[in-house]
Amino acid sequence: MSVQPVVLWTDALIFLLLAAVAGLVWTIRRREHLRAPWVAVAERPMAMAAALVLAVFVTIGLLDSLHYREQLPDSPADAPQYSVEVLSVFDALAGELRTQKEKTYSAPLAMQLYAKEFIERDGATVRDYPRLVHGGAHLTDAAAHLPDIARRVGVGLALGLAASLFVFVAFAAWRAHRARIALRAWLADWRAGRLDWPARTLAATATLLAVLGAILLQLAAAYHVFGTDKVGQDVLYISLKSIRTGLVIGTLTTLVTLPLAIGLGIAAGYFRGWIDDVIQYVYTVLNSIPGVLLIAAAVLIVQVYIESNPESFDTAAARADIRLLALCVIMGVTSWTGLARLLRGETLKLRTLDYVEAARAFGVAHARILTRHIFPNVFHLVLIAIVLDFSGLVLAEAVLSYVGVGVDPTMYSWGNMINGARLELAREPVVWWQLGAAFTFMFALVLAANLFADGVRDAFDPRMGGRR
Amino acid sequence: MSALLEVRDLVTEIGGARVVDGVSFQVTAGETYALLGESGCGKSMTALSLMRLLPDGGRVVSGTVELDGTKLFALPERAMRQVRGGRMAMIFQEPMLALNPVIRVGEQIGEALALHRNLSGAAAREAALGLLDAVGVPDAARRLDSYPFELSGGLRQRMMIAMALAGQPELLIADEPTTALDVTMQAQVLDVLRTLRRERRMGMLLITHDLGVVAQNADRVGLMYAGELLEEGTRAAFFAAPQHPYSRMLFEALPRPGDGGRLATIPGQVPRLDTAFTGCRFAPRCPHVVARCRVESPGWQALGDQRVRCHRAGELPATGVRAPAARRAPAPPAAPLLQVDDLKVHFPIRRGLLQRTVGHLRAVDGVSLVIEAGRTLALVGESGCGKTTVGKAMLHLIEPSAGRISLAGEPVTAARLDRLRRQAQMVFQDPFGSLNPRMRVADILLEGMEALHVGDAGQRGAAVARLLQQVGLPDDAGGRYPHAFSGGQRQRIAIARALAVSPQLVICDEPTSALDVSVQAQILNLLKDLQGELGLAYLFITHNLAVVEYLAHRVAVMYLGRVVESGPAAQVLRAPRHPYTQALVAAVPRVDTIATDAAPRLAGDQPSPIDPPVGCHFHPRCPQADARCRESYPDVTHIDATHWVRCHRVAGE
Repeated sequence: MSVQPVVLWTDALIFLLLAAVAGLVWTIRRREHLRAPWVAVAERPMAMAAALVLAVFVTIGLLDSLHYREQLPDSPADAPQYSVEVLSVFDALAGELRTQKEKTYSAPLAMQLYAKEFIERDGATVRDYPRLVHGGAHLTDAAAHLPDIARRVGVGLALGLAASLFVFVAFAAWRAHRARIALRAWLADWRAGRLDWPARTLAATATLLAVLGAILLQLAAAYHVFGTDKVGQDVLYISLKSIRTGLVIGTLTTLVTLPLAIGLGIAAGYFRGWIDDVIQYVYTVLNSIPGVLLIAAAVLIVQVYIESNPESFDTAAARADIRLLALCVIMGVTSWTGLARLLRGETLKLRTLDYVEAARAFGVAHARILTRHIFPNVFHLVLIAIVLDFSGLVLAEAVLSYVGVGVDPTMYSWGNMINGARLELAREPVVWWQLGAAFTFMFALVLAANLFADGVRDAFDPRMGGRR
Repeated sequence: MSALLEVRDLVTEIGGARVVDGVSFQVTAGETYALLGESGCGKSMTALSLMRLLPDGGRVVSGTVELDGTKLFALPERAMRQVRGGRMAMIFQEPMLALNPVIRVGEQIGEALALHRNLSGAAAREAALGLLDAVGVPDAARRLDSYPFELSGGLRQRMMIAMALAGQPELLIADEPTTALDVTMQAQVLDVLRTLRRERRMGMLLITHDLGVVAQNADRVGLMYAGELLEEGTRAAFFAAPQHPYSRMLFEALPRPGDGGRLATIPGQVPRLDTAFTGCRFAPRCPHVVARCRVESPGWQALGDQRVRCHRAGELPATGVRAPAARRAPAPPAAPLLQVDDLKVHFPIRRGLLQRTVGHLRAVDGVSLVIEAGRTLALVGESGCGKTTVGKAMLHLIEPSAGRISLAGEPVTAARLDRLRRQAQMVFQDPFGSLNPRMRVADILLEGMEALHVGDAGQRGAAVARLLQQVGLPDDAGGRYPHAFSGGQRQRIAIARALAVSPQLVICDEPTSALDVSVQAQILNLLKDLQGELGLAYLFITHNLAVVEYLAHRVAVMYLGRVVESGPAAQVLRAPRHPYTQALVAAVPRVDTIATDAAPRLAGDQPSPIDPPVGCHFHPRCPQADARCRESYPDVTHIDATHWVRCHRVAGE
């Protein structure tokens, strides 16, 4: 079956960002003074463990950013028609997780629905919890439920351990071969922590992730691990799909923030005078308008635009995507002030330094002073701000969607999950798993991002110099 | 006489580095023991070990310290807190950092009094007043209620001393107490310390890198190098006949009056303390090194009043004080290269909602200078007198408010700065702040050539290599970043950067004040060599009069934005006519004379340039001021063709 690739706006920007990061990494690798702080980051066990967790999230997010449309099975070969549903590579990998729908709510790992219905049993109509269509469908007897779960957890544990052991041994053999030492010697170094990177912590984290992944796979093959939502969709699938939304908000917003913050912050600090006054007034005014109000207004405008121009968007995904992009832009426009203020202060300090004076004594042009002397010396602040802001933005998305001014209601996002779960919290018995799943995933991502940010800040902030 | 403080075989490590390695010395009551050494040799760490205030990761590995019989390292922390400030107090280098800026100084002194003498309320205030009197703070009652920012550096340092004295310590540790101060302030503070030690019979451990300060204040001297004591002795013996090659070379590296020749330099630099040493630590830099020095660490050898750690102690030829070189003949006048007439730099002070100008800070207020081609003009004065502003205004780094600058006879206008920038360049004070840490050395050197379009683009690489060689840096230096270089090497890079556009004038703003003595000598020699080779003219901005005498042909002395005396260097410094110049010269601690308290001291602080005194700016501090000085600013009085003064007293003679 042939497919038609679809590039949404955010996809394009994400891959642009990826290319930019790759370019930056390539530049940094070649310059000793730029590489040194990253080497310091790489030596911190906590930061590297967090980076590994982040890498898993990013991989899922990237797979979910490769979109396509399937060809309709009955379309003619010479004029192919494609489905209106936009899928991603992640959807293809998730397979049945996406399509196995129940009728309505079901608890995590349950065999039955969460609501009683009239069902036919032994010829009589009784009111009871009906069996799920997919969850635990392979079991005939309710008594086999718990042992089956235990067996799957056990198998997952064993598989995860075996896989990580295999990968570890293969990796160790490769490293030992490259270092031209015996495998045994490399393992001894690894065990004693004598390698120049936190290999033990990384191995433990990777093993933990592998075991968790294997158990999830085992369970998800036969159950809804986090239950199902109101329309019977698998909550695990929704949570995983929400990762991309969180990452897009966390990273693309920064793309909007950076030019504003860097350009205006440095200009205000370097040129002083009326330029400084104007920029300060702008960000003071912007700061005094409640952010939510601005965001709500902007999202509303975008909403109206989308609805009055339906012909511009051929799929629902494109509509939701443009709203997500608009949210990133407006959040970026309202959140550059903090970094700009920080950069202005740092630039005020740098412009009085002797090397800037020396450049002025040579009559070096302002643009050149800014790019060669000021920007490289405030870059560490920019980097620290990016990684620190990321987690704040992910959380902000959840709050905004909860309030109803966030991403499109049809888009998978943790904010929408929380919003959907809100009403069900009052229900008796309570439906907790939607909230629980959103919380777990957000917590894992934000904690990993924060731990990584701590590592980056410690390595880059000169005031932290020498302290561990 | 029993020792007040007895340090035996102290070894301190920080991380993997042995910053103090087997140091032993004694301080007796009423005596000043000076710990002398270049930066990074472990002086401060010795003091912090005594106080048990080592930074994170630092620990005392072995050794004992006894304070009047109490073994300090055996005390529990609780008891140690009583010792700190109570029996043993410390004053630090930076008075601004050591005082809490949001608490009145009176309260800060009161805190120490409450802690160590259980005084509070009126009794504490009384005691605090007494302390301020003891450290010579004028108008003590009012000063108690001021915040640290309202006080000058010298006063702050005295407040620190008063705080240290609050617990009536038996031992006072002074860690570079005057390094951050001007010479006149330094003289005041050192006087206070000398008097206090005598009156209270305290022991004092004076940590310094300044041989002059040691000569004026110490009773005994210990010379540290790379974490070890190398030589110890009474002041008289140490200064009369230093025994260790290192001490001798330190003396020879000092610029002294009347010296025309090159300064002796110590090759290389102080070794890093995390290296594993075998043999004598000074061996790699020692001119008298023999094979034995490299394998066997020397033990102590007693020589009269001194002891020294050197295998060749006593064998070395006696060195007398260097014979003063023949006095240089006054240089014949050369053609004026850069002429500054009536230069003024006024910074407006704006207040209120509309930012109206309510006054001016007259940083430079009518300065006229002539710099001759191939000659050195030194501009001296206390910090805050506007000397750096003059240098920057001459390069239009700060826009002058008034005045004319002409280069080789042609006036320089803001529209034609390129010509000025090719002819005049600047070397800055702080070698760590003057090089962009994110640029390679070659790029730093190329920057000026590219901006001013000097030479062909193709030949600039060769020009960089030539510059590096000219300032004595290795060929591969161009590819490295500034952090790979030491302070002295960075200053060489800064000099090379200035030379990159082949200027005729280099403005040097305190180029050696951040450097150690031995490195300072290297830089001064380099500047002198470059002058000989390239015929450079220098404007040398400094507060270090010894350097002036060594390097400068002419001197201009600045006070509060104006030049008060100008003339040939030797004449101005040996026979100063202005009372301010006389006080400056007298305040410099000399190695070859002993301080007497009778020396004229400059009282008080430099007034603010926002509101200069009416009449002669100097009259509030001048011992000879009379009614005329309070009324009108004195005119120029020529003493001879090249030497002039602005003083009513001189004019009246």
